[in-house]
Amino acid sequence: MASTAADAAPHPAGDDPSRRDFIHIAAITAAAGGGIAAVWPFVAQMNPSADTLALASVEYDLTKVEAGQQVTINWRGKPLFIRNRTAGQIAAAVKDDSASMKDPQTDEARHKPGKAEWLVLIGSCTHLGCVPTVGGGEYGGWFCPCHGSVYDTSGRIRKGPAPLNLAVPDYAFLSDTKVKIG
Amino acid sequence: MSGHSTYEPKTGFERWLDVRLPIVRLGYDSFVDYPTPRNLNYWWTFGGILSLCLGVQIISGIVLAMHYTPSAGAAFASVEHIMRDVNYGWLLRYMHANGASMFFIAVYIHMLRGVYYGSYKAPREVLWILGCVIYLLMMATAFMGYVLPWGQMSFWGATVITNLFSALPVVGQAITTWLWGGFAVDSATLNRFFSLHYLLPFMIAGVVVLHVWALHVVGQNNPTGIDPKSKADTLPFTPYATVKDGFAMSLFLILFAVFIFFMPNAMGHPDNYIPANPMVTPPHIVPEWYFLPFYAILRAIPDKLMGVLAMFGAIACIFALPWLDTSKVKSMRYRPQAKLYFFIFLVACVVLGFCGARLPDDQVIPGLKTLSVMDSDLNSFVWLSRISTAYYFGYFLLVMPLLGLFEKPLPTPETISSPVLGGDKKD
Amino acid sequence: MLRKVTLFAVALALVAGPALASGKVREPHPVAFSFEGPFGRFDQAQLQRGYKVYREVCASCHSMNLVAFRNLGDKGGPFFDPKYPNPNDNPVVKALAADSQIRDIDGETGDAIQRPGIPADNFPAPFPNDPASRASNGGVLPPDLSMMAKAREGGPEYIASLLTGFVTPPAGLTVGPGQHYNPWFPGDVSSAWSGDHAHVPEGGFIAMAPPLAPDKVEFDDGTKSTVRQQAQDVAAFLMWTAEPKMEERKQMGFSVLIFLVLFSGLLYASYRRVWRNESH
Repeated sequence: MASTAADAAPHPAGDDPSRRDFIHIAAITAAAGGGIAAVWPFVAQMNPSADTLALASVEYDLTKVEAGQQVTINWRGKPLFIRNRTAGQIAAAVKDDSASMKDPQTDEARHKPGKAEWLVLIGSCTHLGCVPTVGGGEYGGWFCPCHGSVYDTSGRIRKGPAPLNLAVPDYAFLSDTKVKIG
Repeated sequence: MSGHSTYEPKTGFERWLDVRLPIVRLGYDSFVDYPTPRNLNYWWTFGGILSLCLGVQIISGIVLAMHYTPSAGAAFASVEHIMRDVNYGWLLRYMHANGASMFFIAVYIHMLRGVYYGSYKAPREVLWILGCVIYLLMMATAFMGYVLPWGQMSFWGATVITNLFSALPVVGQAITTWLWGGFAVDSATLNRFFSLHYLLPFMIAGVVVLHVWALHVVGQNNPTGIDPKSKADTLPFTPYATVKDGFAMSLFLILFAVFIFFMPNAMGHPDNYIPANPMVTPPHIVPEWYFLPFYAILRAIPDKLMGVLAMFGAIACIFALPWLDTSKVKSMRYRPQAKLYFFIFLVACVVLGFCGARLPDDQVIPGLKTLSVMDSDLNSFVWLSRISTAYYFGYFLLVMPLLGLFEKPLPTPETISSPVLGGDKKD
Repeated sequence: MLRKVTLFAVALALVAGPALASGKVREPHPVAFSFEGPFGRFDQAQLQRGYKVYREVCASCHSMNLVAFRNLGDKGGPFFDPKYPNPNDNPVVKALAADSQIRDIDGETGDAIQRPGIPADNFPAPFPNDPASRASNGGVLPPDLSMMAKAREGGPEYIASLLTGFVTPPAGLTVGPGQHYNPWFPGDVSSAWSGDHAHVPEGGFIAMAPPLAPDKVEFDDGTKSTVRQQAQDVAAFLMWTAEPKMEERKQMGFSVLIFLVLFSGLLYASYRRVWRNESH
């Protein structure tokens, strides 16, 4: 049948092969373009849906957290640490501002101005996403049980495999006792 | 037909692969070089359209399953979550819901084309039976899929259809309880239907592979019903059939898009937007349109078991078709009487579908009262469906066997090319 | 021949398709809604009026569980503002949400509390559960309104007709306590009819009392608040709650159709080229 296939595309006199090719190429291009456009909804559907996005912010009343304590709340399906630091813990963090660190940051940059006691962090180890335990490790901050990352009282990575400090989410003080996260 | 392969590997890699796994050769022989009768008309493009439909349903279905929750308490809300909150969820769901209808439109045309042109006759019996298996699997898949949104029609459709099995003597009740996983259609039923609804399309895809394999062994039938005798009778699949199928698919997609974007609920029923309520049956329950003819046959018979048997018998007839038809001539193009009976059959099927959507005792001609026979007025949809049912079975069981013995077919051409090249373009 | 008969069959199927059985119920009044037809869009002012009717009249008995306040500010919604593509930031939506009290659980004490709504909240239901709803409504459950315009034969026109259709019952029809005769409400009144059995009145008995009255809802845009106006506005609003993505759907539909028509044209040209020298 190969001969038929070859015979099937003759070039009779007066026929412009470039125009004929153009039509086929245009049709194939349109098919490819349409196909790619049709893929988009199937990809986009995996992104967060409208109701998930709408719930992405929470408010929290800080009077519930006593000095030296931490509460963990659920934010976007992940734990969120809200820690009320003691003066000693703040001092320990500030003292280390100039120590050598993997991800250098001052303690001042990790909390809102004038609110040094309040630390709001995403409670997810920057190594592979486990939840670090509060008060663990030699710096009195957090210790991740999965692979041994140690964070200080400012949530900065001091030891272990994690590459970055515990992340600070977008948040704002609505009043002295109320924060809105997200 | 599937003679020796003419594939010649061009690159080193193709040669290397061809010795180890001749998959490129398989594709080349099946979809490029495959000899196609040159006289195929547009009715032959529905095979390609059907594979498109299957692909759309599987892909959109997999994606919908990422957002759907198969439990009685959450299913309805999860479908509405898809419609309202999931990105493009409304598009995906309308695509899937209308895609089922499109699939059935295409499969009915494909089947009727096969009947008209005698595509089930030797040596294509296995090809036909595999097609029938696909159709059965499609019906099962569509039925279970319609249950998933868990609206009123879903719930009561599931109840009514599963109760069909209770008509069986002795084991009937045990079978329905087993199907439900309880004493009524409930969460357990919904969850297993979801599982099977996800499984069956892949089984369909498997049988489609067999169907195409069988097709490529015996070769395509064509409008004359005369098998190709020489190279002059055929053309290579690519580009001739590919571009024609592609054009037909594109036209089909236009119809599909009109339904998705401008009348997405036209083939659905408003009651399925009411959450399932096991305490209240909707005043008038109807199956999806593609089941209506069978539903009418079920209701035409006044006995429960006989009705169920008639309905399954109607499908069994389609399976048995290759052995019911005694005619030596394949295409009805040369069988004027068969053509007539075929078109009456077509009308009977449409009338059955029409009857399936109406209440049995509604009057066909409003206001006319006639004789009451077997508890129903003759001017009622139940009697119209009885007459049509009789013709449906009569067509398969009487017309098909007898007509082949007594009719006088028109003279058939020697080869495809002789009438074709002679410019005969009848129907 | 084959072609003609097929066309006939298709035509017959199209005629037969929508002709589903109907009981004896009156056909809805035709209403020229702005959202009808392939180019139809929601009338935002009408949706806002409809929301007010729903909020001030319907919502006291009917739930609308599937709709959230944030939806009001979605594209195509009643309070969409292009300045706030994220409806959760839309101040009108925030204010409307805060107007409602949402049942919640206090995270500290576990007590049931009421708090002001936020855009992410769904519309609060008037009753905590179905039995409570039944108990307060004469034993009948007022249906959820989220999907009403798609869940009834006739859709928004049916809703508008029903709401304006509380007519005086014909003589010979006994209307029971807690019931209201409405010729547009599907039902069967045969057992309450003492007249000729060949001429049973259309419609049925509905437990809902006529909910609308002239000037019952004051429209902010100054539209005269007739019963008919209120009924049509709330029907349009219910169409939006049932099909909030309608405008997006039609818009995308046009792009897809234009593409497919051009694509089909190209394929046809390509097909003619390929087959030009082959008889078939």
